Amino acid sequence: MRIEQGDGRSGHRTLRTVALVLGGAAALSGALSGCISVNAPDKPIVIELNINIKQEVIYRLADDVKQNIESNPEIF
Amino acid sequence: MAHASNPKSRRRAIAGAMILALATAALPLQAQQRDPAYAAARAAGQVGEKTDGYLGIVGASTPELRALVDDLNIKRRANYTERARAQSATLEEYAFTQGCVLILRTVPGEKYQAPGGTWQTRGTGAPERDSRCP
Repeated sequence: MRIEQGDGRSGHRTLRTVALVLGGAAALSGALSGCISVNAPDKPIVIELNINIKQEVIYRLADDVKQNIESNPEIF
Repeated sequence: MAHASNPKSRRRAIAGAMILALATAALPLQAQQRDPAYAAARAAGQVGEKTDGYLGIVGASTPELRALVDDLNIKRRANYTERARAQSATLEEYAFTQGCVLILRTVPGEKYQAPGGTWQTRGTGAPERDSRCP
């Protein structure tokens, strides 16, 4: 009984492996047959990193940045 | 009494004080002016103010322009880092806010970066800025 159960389990496992391999092959062949060509853009890709800056922070800093120009005019 | 009543010595004392005042005022003024090469590049539209608070090269780059822009941007970054810390803000937040004000303070003919990333020439009207700018 125990041996049969063990065989049954391994049989399930084999089926599952076969299914996975078949699925993978199907996905691969699908990807190969439906080729998509991607062209590199001629303009550089600009990632907007300033999107997370909050307006309230900008307003809080507004006076200090104006003072900064008066204090260090040679770098502006 | 004798000193004040002598107009010659009084005039000399005033002249001396004026020369001293001019000399002490001239020293920091000289150090605070824009570098002539930088002023020329700005006026010629070869460099412009970016939205991120740093300078950018607008047209074709040359080693001289690159060196000029890099030097100023390194100095700006050090300055922003220090001031951001004092204000408990991030470097990016401070630099961006500085960029808002620097773009606003460009004069007609100078270049600045619009929110979309394109270079614009400052006209007589207000510059195109990010909607969050003060």
